[in-house]
Amino acid sequence: MNWKTFLALLGRDAHVARRNFIPLLLQTFLQPMMFVFIFGRVMVSSGYMPAAYKSLLLPGIMAISMVFTGVWAVAMPLIAEFQFTREIEDRLLAPIEISWLAIEKVIFGTLQALVAGLAVIPMAWLLLRPVEFNLHSPLSFAFVTLLVALFSSCGGLALGCSVDQAHIGLMFSMVLTPMIFFGCTYYPWSALAHFPILQKIVLVNPLVYASEGLRGTLVPQFPHLSLLAVLVALTLFDVALLGVGLRQFHSKAVS
Amino acid sequence: MVGIRTHDLRKVYNSAPPLAAGGTFAFSTARGKKAPKNEIVALNGLSLNISSGEIFGLLGPNGAGKSTTVGILTTRVRPTEGQAWIGEHEVWREQVAVKRLIGVVAQRPNLDFSLTAREILLFHGAYFGLDSRARAERADELLDRFKLRERAEQMVRGFSGGMMHRLSIARAMMHDPQILFLDEPSAGLDPQTRLLLWEIIREYNQRGKTILLTTHNLEEADALCQRLAIIDHGRNIAMGTPSELKASVPGGFVLRLRFGRQSPELLQRLQGLAGVREVRAHEVASSAGKRGADAGLSDINSIDVYADRGGSLISEIANLASAASVELCDVHISEPSLENLFLHHTGRSMRE
Ligand SMILES: Nc1ncnc2c1ncn2[C@@H]1O[C@H](COP(=O)(O)OP(=O)(O)OP(=O)(O)O)[C@@H](O)[C@H]1O
Ligand SMILES: [Mg+2]
Repeated sequence: MNWKTFLALLGRDAHVARRNFIPLLLQTFLQPMMFVFIFGRVMVSSGYMPAAYKSLLLPGIMAISMVFTGVWAVAMPLIAEFQFTREIEDRLLAPIEISWLAIEKVIFGTLQALVAGLAVIPMAWLLLRPVEFNLHSPLSFAFVTLLVALFSSCGGLALGCSVDQAHIGLMFSMVLTPMIFFGCTYYPWSALAHFPILQKIVLVNPLVYASEGLRGTLVPQFPHLSLLAVLVALTLFDVALLGVGLRQFHSKAVS
Repeated sequence: MVGIRTHDLRKVYNSAPPLAAGGTFAFSTARGKKAPKNEIVALNGLSLNISSGEIFGLLGPNGAGKSTTVGILTTRVRPTEGQAWIGEHEVWREQVAVKRLIGVVAQRPNLDFSLTAREILLFHGAYFGLDSRARAERADELLDRFKLRERAEQMVRGFSGGMMHRLSIARAMMHDPQILFLDEPSAGLDPQTRLLLWEIIREYNQRGKTILLTTHNLEEADALCQRLAIIDHGRNIAMGTPSELKASVPGGFVLRLRFGRQSPELLQRLQGLAGVREVRAHEVASSAGKRGADAGLSDINSIDVYADRGGSLISEIANLASAASVELCDVHISEPSLENLFLHHTGRSMRE
C-alpha cells in the first residue's frame, strides 16, 4: 500500500467532483428535497397524512438519498471509465495494487453518501418544522449511517463493474427502483404485517435494514427492527458487496 | 538499467459469442455437448529477450499479438501460460514494482476526459509520488516538447486524435520511467510530428532508457529500432537487428549499377558471379525522354542486380567492368526491405 498514490487518486476524484459541483449538488439534493416537500409538507398540511408521518418519513428519505448518491457516485464513473475509451487505464497503471483503486472509489462514494444523507436532516428540519427527532444514542446512529453509506458505495462498485453502458437504465428500473419501493423507506417494516409472505421476502433487500436502522436510531418512537439485526445484516451486506465488487473490478480491469 | 524478458508466453482470450449470433440458441440444440467456446489464441509461445538501453521493435500485421504482448508486460493482460519479467520482477507477481519502472502508451488513446491536458500530466505525476514542484516543472517541459502549450488548460475531450496521442506519450514520460512501451507510436501523426516523435524517442533512449515499440510500418522499424522481432500469429518468427534480419533473406539485396555503355557480354558475366540471383537491364529514361532510341543515349545503361550480398560484390563487378572495358559510372546498394523479409518468413505479404 502506497499512501502517496492513494491520496493522489482521492485527490483526482475530489478535483473532478469540485469541477462538477453544481450538477452534483442538484443531483444529490433535488430529489430528497421534493420528497420532503410533497410528502412531508403538502400531504401533511392538507390533512391527507397525519403529522407524525413527517418524522416517520425522514429516515426513509435519508436512506434513499444515501443509496442513490453512493451508487451513482461509484457506479456511473466506473461504467464510463471502463468503456471503450478506458479512461481508468492511467490509474490502473499507477504504482499501487489495483484493488486500492476500487477501495478509493468506495471511500469517495461513502463520503458523498454521508454528505447526502446527513444533509437531509437540516433540510427536513427547515421544510418540515416541527419534526420529532429522538437521537438517544448518537454513537449507534453514526454507526448505522456509516454502514448504510458503505453499503451504498460497495453496491455502486458491484453494480458499476457488472453493468455496461447500454444497461444503465435497466440497472435503475430493475434494481434500484424495486429496492426503494420494497425497502421500507416510506413505511416501517411492521406495516407489512398484513402481507406475511412479502414481509419475509423483503428481508433480502438491504435497504430494509438501512431504513429500519436509521428509523431505530433517529425516530425510535416508531416501530423498527432490532438494532442488532440491523447492524449484523448491514455488515454482512457491506462485506459481501465489497467482495463481489472487488472481484468484478478485477475481471473488468484485467483481460 | 532494466531489460525485458518473456518466456513461452501464451494468451488465449475467451470471448463469449454475442447473443445475436445464436449464442443462446446453440445451448438448446447442442444438448449434452459443451457450449462452443470462442477462443482466440493471441500469443502462442512467445519468447523475447530485450536488453536494457535498447530500442526494440515488435513488427507484425494486424492481430499478430503485439498489443497483447505489451498488455502482458504492462500488467494489463493476464498471461494464460508463461512468464514475463521487467528487470528482476516477474510482471504478474510483482505488479507494483513493475508499474514503477514502466511508462505506457496504449494503442487507443485512454486519456482521463474529466481533466485538462496539464491536469492529466500533474495527476499522473502525483500517482507516481512526484512532489508538486517537480510535477509542475516536468509538465511544462513536456507540454513544450510535444507542442501542446497553448492547449494545456483545455479539456482533452476537444483534442484532435493526434493531439491526444501526443499527450498520451507525454504522460507516459512524465515520471521518467526506465522502460517506455509505445504501442504504435506514430499511428495518426502527421509526417512532421512523426519525425519529432522519432527524435524524442531517440533522445530518451540516449539517456539509457529501454524502449519497446510496436509498429506495422517497415520504414519506422528500420529507422528507429536497434533490434526487431517479427511476430505473426502470436509467435516470434525472426529476431535481430534490422540489417541482420534483412541479410537473412536470400537475394534480398539490390545493386543498381550504371555503366558507360551497353554490353551484353558483361551482362552474361554478371549473371555468373557468386550470390547473384538475377540481372535485369533497362535503359535509363534520361532528360531526352523519347529520343532514347538515338545512339547517343542508348550507351548509358542501367542494370539491377539482385543478389544475396551487397558491398562485397562491388569489387568483383568493377573488375568485370574494367575487363570488358566498360566504365562503371554509378553504384547504389539498397538493402532488402522488411517487407521482403516478412514475405520470406511467412510466405505471404504483410498487407495480405
Ligand atoms: N480483449 C480481447 N478479447 C478478446 N480477444 C482479443 C482481445 N484483445 C485482443 N484480442 C485478439 O487477440 C489477437 C491479437 O490481438 P492484438 O491486439 O494483440 O494484435 P496486434 O498485433 O496489436 O494488432 P494491431 O496491429 O491490429 O494492433 C486478435 O485476434 C484479437 O482479436
Ligand atoms: Mg495492437
